[in-house]
Amino acid sequence: MPVPDASSDQGRWPGESLRATAVSRSYEGVQALREVTVEVHRHEVVGLIGPNGAGKSTLVNLMSGFDRPTSGAIELDGHDVTRWPAHRRGRKGLARTFQHSRSFRGLSVRENVEVAAIGVGARPRDARRRATELLELLGLAARADAPAASLPHGDERRLGVARALATEPHYVLMDEPAAGLPEAEVPDFAAVVRAVRDDHEAGVLLIDHNMALIMDVCDRIQVLDQGRMLAAGTPAEIRDNLDVAAAYLGESAVEEETEA
Amino acid sequence: MSGNPLLGALDAQTLVDAVGLGAVYALMAVGIGLVFGVLRLVNFAYGQLIMAGAYTLAFTSQAGWPTWAGIAMCFVVVIVLSGVMDRLVFRPLRTQSPAVMLVTTFAIAFLLQSVALLVDVRDDTIGEPAASVASLNQAITVWGLEVRKVTIVAVVVAAVALSLLALLLTRTRIGLQMRAAATDFATARLLGVRANTVIATAVLLSAVIAAAVSVLLTVQNPLVAPDFALKETIIVLVGVVVGGIDRLWTATLGGFAIGFATGVINGALPTDKTVFLPSVVFALVILVLLIRPSGLFARGGTSLVERV
Repeated sequence: MPVPDASSDQGRWPGESLRATAVSRSYEGVQALREVTVEVHRHEVVGLIGPNGAGKSTLVNLMSGFDRPTSGAIELDGHDVTRWPAHRRGRKGLARTFQHSRSFRGLSVRENVEVAAIGVGARPRDARRRATELLELLGLAARADAPAASLPHGDERRLGVARALATEPHYVLMDEPAAGLPEAEVPDFAAVVRAVRDDHEAGVLLIDHNMALIMDVCDRIQVLDQGRMLAAGTPAEIRDNLDVAAAYLGESAVEEETEA
Repeated sequence: MSGNPLLGALDAQTLVDAVGLGAVYALMAVGIGLVFGVLRLVNFAYGQLIMAGAYTLAFTSQAGWPTWAGIAMCFVVVIVLSGVMDRLVFRPLRTQSPAVMLVTTFAIAFLLQSVALLVDVRDDTIGEPAASVASLNQAITVWGLEVRKVTIVAVVVAAVALSLLALLLTRTRIGLQMRAAATDFATARLLGVRANTVIATAVLLSAVIAAAVSVLLTVQNPLVAPDFALKETIIVLVGVVVGGIDRLWTATLGGFAIGFATGVINGALPTDKTVFLPSVVFALVILVLLIRPSGLFARGGTSLVERV
């Protein structure tokens, strides 16, 4: 049964969320993030949008443990994980994908997914079945036995998604997973993100520049600009927020929106 | 055939010996490459593991143990020593830079060599004979060629060990995880691959191979001294770099190639000129690295750059 409102789910997973509270990160004096707060619950998709350099990937790095905040805290299901290394957060149900694909290039596409399933304890036969299902879901089944290094960039990013899902995560951070995807295949990918939410009951933090995808699948959207949280709301609210449009889409797009 | 000493020496006999040497060096290259794959650590102390195994063969032989028991003890000693090295040194240093780890393995190498010297000189002589395995050094005649039994054993052991390793890496859970960890350790860990399990397995496999090499080298050189296997380790490390240390199979091929080349050049050089063997081998190595800096068998030569 579809659950329209994320907040109504809290009875099912009390106290379970991935939360960054007032996190800041500066690199040699440059403030990449200022006091940003974002929370992802189980069974919801939170979109994170903003222009290049807004700090989106920095936030994903902080939440996944690839980087440490200068101040602020990261909590995973009520545990303060700010100082935990990435692999320890992984064992607690957090997975992520990478903008610059980090597939295991010497392994086949299928093996890339299998090894992730095995990593969380699946028997070889179950790992193989899970890999087959996920490659089917992400439209990579035909390339299953090809070396991962031979995939085009768009396919490689979806392989990253399949690999992250093979760990059966409670939370998935997706860093521009649809980049390089042909426009015609975006609806299929939107279905994948929904399946992650509805079938796997995972919380998704989705970063992407494809506004159609973001507006289509997100339950809530947060907008980052120059390291600050500019706005937050439902897709409809964000669409109506012209300040956001100005920051994100540029002046001409705003005019088009106004005229329409 | 002809008066040319170079061509005349390249007879079947030399080639057989060169293949035998190549097989032993290929095994050492696999042992070094396995640990490098998961730890990005060039273990310079690998030769001292082999040396420890050789001393075990010598002492058990002198104590009158049966050959099989001596060989079994050799495996036990090398595996235990390797495990201790992993726990006490590699594991705490895992996050350090490759330079720190390399220098540390130098220190371990010299430490183990000094310990060996202290143990060895108790009887006021340096060098301990290992008589029990020496019988393998006898030659048998195959199609008119003098083939030492150890050459056959070395080739068979290398072929079997490499085949088993290939099966393990491609067909098992732990093998798949080792390959993933060798490609990108951080990402593999993020996906749940247990670092300690993968590293311990690599170290164990590497130790089993070191013990096998101990037996093979001791057969050919039954007087065990503290610098046992030192020269071989240096040559193999060079071979591994020449082949391309980034991938296990190119590293192995590099080990075989430098062993084979050493065997052939050794056969081709006049007897009174064999002191120049290392010079000739290393001159070839410099030439290869000038032409193909990322390794003789490297694909495209970009993989190391991408890692940075």
